[in-house]
Amino acid sequence: MADTEKLVTFTVNDRKLAAPAGTLLIEACKTANVEVPSFCYYPNLSLQAACRMCLVEIEKMPKLQTACTVLVAEGMVVQTESEPVRKARKSALEFILTNHPLDCPVCDAGGECELQDMTFRYGAAESRFVEIKQHRDEQQWSPVVYFDRPRCILCYRCVRVCGEGMDVWALGVGNRGVSSVIIPNKQDHLECEECGMCIDICPVGALTSGAYRYKTRPWEMKHVANVCTFCGDGCKTTLGIRNDEIVRGDNRDKSGINGDFLCIKGRYGFDFTQHKDRLRQPLVRVDGVLKPVSWAFALQTVARRFQETQAAGRPIGVLGSTRTVNEENYQLQKFARRVLQTNHIDHHRTADFPALYDALAGKHSPVPLAASEDLKTAKAVFLIGSDPTNEHPLLAWNLRWGYRLNKTRLYLLNSQPIKLRRQAFRAAIVPAGSEGQAIRFLNGGGAVKATLSQTAGPDDKRWPQTPASRPEATQETLGDFRERLQKESDVIIVFGAELRGDDIHELVKFGSSLPGTTRYIALADNANSHGAADMGLYPDLLPGYTPVADVAARQRFESLWGGAIPSAPGMDAGDILGTAGKGELGALYVVGSNPFRHHPVDPAALRTTFVVVQDLFLTETAKQADVVLPALSAYEKQGTLTNTCGEVQLQKGGALFEGAKTDLEILHTLAGLLGHKWAAPDADEIFTEIRGNVKGYNVSLVQVLAGSSALSMSVNGPVPHQHALTQIQPNRDSLFTAGSLGRYSTALNAILEKRLRAEKV
Amino acid sequence: MSFPVAKAHPLEVRVVSKRFDIPDANTLPVYLAHDGFKALEKAFRLAPEAIIEEVKVSSLRGRGGAGFPTGMKWSFVPKQSAKPKYVLCNADESEPGTCKDRLIMQYDPFAMIEGMLIAGRAIDAHQGYIFIRGEYRYLVDVVERAIAEAYAAGYLGKNIRGSGFDFELSAHTGAGAYECGEESALMESLEGKRGIPRLKPPFPATSGLYGGPTVINNVETLATIPHIILGGGAWFLGLGLPKNGGTKLTCLSGHVNNPGVYELPLGFPLKRLIEEIGGGILGGKKLKAVVPGGSSTPIFNAAEAETLTLDFDAVAKAGSFLGSGGVVVLHEETCMVKFATRIMQFYKHESCGWCVPCREGTNWLLLTLGRVHRGGGRAKDIDLIREVSENILGRTFCALGDAAAMPTLSIIKKFREEFEAHLDGRPCPYAPTLVPRAPAAGPFVTV
Repeated sequence: MADTEKLVTFTVNDRKLAAPAGTLLIEACKTANVEVPSFCYYPNLSLQAACRMCLVEIEKMPKLQTACTVLVAEGMVVQTESEPVRKARKSALEFILTNHPLDCPVCDAGGECELQDMTFRYGAAESRFVEIKQHRDEQQWSPVVYFDRPRCILCYRCVRVCGEGMDVWALGVGNRGVSSVIIPNKQDHLECEECGMCIDICPVGALTSGAYRYKTRPWEMKHVANVCTFCGDGCKTTLGIRNDEIVRGDNRDKSGINGDFLCIKGRYGFDFTQHKDRLRQPLVRVDGVLKPVSWAFALQTVARRFQETQAAGRPIGVLGSTRTVNEENYQLQKFARRVLQTNHIDHHRTADFPALYDALAGKHSPVPLAASEDLKTAKAVFLIGSDPTNEHPLLAWNLRWGYRLNKTRLYLLNSQPIKLRRQAFRAAIVPAGSEGQAIRFLNGGGAVKATLSQTAGPDDKRWPQTPASRPEATQETLGDFRERLQKESDVIIVFGAELRGDDIHELVKFGSSLPGTTRYIALADNANSHGAADMGLYPDLLPGYTPVADVAARQRFESLWGGAIPSAPGMDAGDILGTAGKGELGALYVVGSNPFRHHPVDPAALRTTFVVVQDLFLTETAKQADVVLPALSAYEKQGTLTNTCGEVQLQKGGALFEGAKTDLEILHTLAGLLGHKWAAPDADEIFTEIRGNVKGYNVSLVQVLAGSSALSMSVNGPVPHQHALTQIQPNRDSLFTAGSLGRYSTALNAILEKRLRAEKV
Repeated sequence: MSFPVAKAHPLEVRVVSKRFDIPDANTLPVYLAHDGFKALEKAFRLAPEAIIEEVKVSSLRGRGGAGFPTGMKWSFVPKQSAKPKYVLCNADESEPGTCKDRLIMQYDPFAMIEGMLIAGRAIDAHQGYIFIRGEYRYLVDVVERAIAEAYAAGYLGKNIRGSGFDFELSAHTGAGAYECGEESALMESLEGKRGIPRLKPPFPATSGLYGGPTVINNVETLATIPHIILGGGAWFLGLGLPKNGGTKLTCLSGHVNNPGVYELPLGFPLKRLIEEIGGGILGGKKLKAVVPGGSSTPIFNAAEAETLTLDFDAVAKAGSFLGSGGVVVLHEETCMVKFATRIMQFYKHESCGWCVPCREGTNWLLLTLGRVHRGGGRAKDIDLIREVSENILGRTFCALGDAAAMPTLSIIKKFREEFEAHLDGRPCPYAPTLVPRAPAAGPFVTV
């Protein structure tokens, strides 16, 4: 990495420039706005010098030099636009084009192809190659990856991003000379994480997406920045939308918190929006059968039944969503507390955020949360539980990045040998369920049996050449692990749902004992799990983790919302469903959640409960509802989402879906029907209210509106929160599943089916 | 393994080949009886710096083709290194026209082993590998048996002959890639990876095999070392010319009566090589052209060959390279277009495919040269071949691209009229029966 201390001065095209010593010439030129074209050079991947596009003239060097491998040096004199350089570029393009088919008019990449752009800019209009071109048939490597072999220009970007970036190593080079060809690890197909990074990074149309190929041209789409609605990492996915329909998800401008990265869900998972089972009309149960009705009838039915339930004094339970935007969650809890006059509100919890904030209370200011990007540059990371490769692909990418480029030392404490152990400096495997005990051991508690393994660490120069250093495991206590960890400073602690409640207090106690500033990331599973917690989808906590029992805080919200709200904490999700199971719940309002999937409630017991479900699909829960209201998905609405690290990002929507409404609009209409005068459902207005009133959300509006992320710093005070730890139920998603939602993605299902078939054989 | 001995020609000055005519010199007892391992014993008494100095004095230049001064190469290796140092022997002799290293391995493998030991002593390395060309299968047996004999007699292994010096050695075969004769590609292959060249810097002397400081030398270079240590650098230098020390194996092939490998002092006249040693041109025909140092070196026409002497500097001054010493003689009935095509066939086949100009350029040139030879050429194709070659030259990752472009450029320049004689459907003047034909049908026929 560049030594930022020392600047060297050099000349490019008669311009005096300066850059830190150790900077690659091509990067220094880019910074100075001097274009040096390249195909094989890709920032932060290993150097190739294979495409010969970046040849430049350097004084005192006999031959043209590749700018992608030369480091800037004091007094270096470089020409990037001289006649020899111009000729070399033109000839490199001419060579590449000898065997590249000129099928641009039908190629997916046409219009956003680097070879096309460079040929326009630097190439010759006429080809002198009159021989027969090499031809090979195209191949399908997986349900989502196709390889059109003749188009490949052998820049090896795909090979490197798959190996070095993803640590999957599914691609290689076969044959030699002009017959060289990229080949997948299983000869004719891929067995990999199906992330599609190889497609994204391909400068031409050689690797194409099974979901997108031959569907449209880039200029026929509008490209809308969205936050992926699947896991909790909050990657930016740019949706290509044509005729209001999403046809592509990709990483077009690499400007999100995910940089280059996007996993299969962000890239292909969008197809749930056009699933044939998507609800297009409200349903109301008539004579035991759900019948399509008008929106007006459905909403009036809901309002009337809510009023009747309230009048009868029977309890109403509200279950919110971890995929709806912050504005909807904020309004939902406002609706429950103010309109329905109930604190029986909860959501599907996958991480114990209140415990983390409580443990951190007063210890640091501001609350030391780490942004996802911080993992790339951390000196040391302590990861407890979870399997980020599957459950948090972006964080896993960032951890590998830190290991690969910044020598991050990764300490791993887990009950299973997860893939990231290949990057772990020290890895300890403890029996499942004893993670908390292990943390207590770090604080000086009793010993824990652990299987320890280690690698030579990031100083091992063999990487990336050696993909998997397989360390020998030893059976011993965690003593050495603790000793080494205690010597680290400025550690980022990342923990999964294995730690909750008191365990988190123990963890923070340990973290506080480490030198420097220890920062934290709590891993939650869904796109807005952190946001749902922040917005107060808790029976006992108002937005910003303010206890509902706290009189001053409650009064502040009461005056903001223009009326009284109940002061006693309500039932949590478990109790709400338990009450429903006993037939004692008056009404159940489920917004974008599917509680009955894992906690089925006897339909007989629900006979006296009025169940309203707001969702995209007729889920297990919706099937038992009295009224089903079709909702729009995250890709069809605006708002903000908070990822698992606490980064707030803007959702821009862009797609349209006939028949459904946003949860926000539904809420506002219902509030109106129930006699509350709410303003028009404007996400921007509500975000302003959130910024002004939810602790930690006073984030930079400019930053969020510009499409980048702003780290929310949430509360800094005790969170007296008593709840059943069993309410935290992680999804344990794989790369190809995502709670209830993933089931409706054709692409994800295709991968799962392929794997099942392969297992059967 | 016995081979018939190779008798010396009276004009030869045998140093590295001096044991070629001793029966069974590839066995340890015979080797020991003929000064074997005496140089090593002397080297044990010398300081490492003194060994390197002796090699520098000899002015020995690398015999693999590039002609880099060997002593200087050794002196680049850092004295202290956290990683192990290595001595590699490049026995991946694949340059068309070159066939000398095989004879050393066949007749005198211990000289190569002794040279590696001395190199190891000079740079403080304790591990060596001999990377043998895959096609030299029969030589692997000879070399491996020699290694086993050396181990058994204590010339390899721990505490060699009581000197306290350790050196382990093993042989490894390539898998049939010319590119693996390039030193860094050889190391990649030796490490078990695809045989493609590495970025330089770092150079092998600081970061070579497994990232350790590495000396890599050609078989002949290493086999010459014991003679230099034993006879002294000044003696070896005196055999040849200043800056072009000693003798060199020259591989004479092509249209001569007596092809073979001859050891000649550097600076030997080419004309005498062909006439006196080679016994003149085959069938008494006239000379047309000479390749001086393997197929990758620019070719000389008959007039240029007249006065040429074979040493690094004289050949370079005349616009080519002494290279690996592969002299190929072509007589007047050779079709130079066909010759250029045949050379390009080799480089197209052997291009590793890593970088664009070499991968695509050699293919393009082969297709065009073949088309011209078959009579399908047009006038502009001649300049096209030249320009494509120029576009390869100096722009590739390693020297293979240059190796393909340089001979092509020289043939076009010096024998342009032969290309012109092939154009516009005319049959090859040297093979009138070769009927011009259209290229094989393919998916994209464009001509």
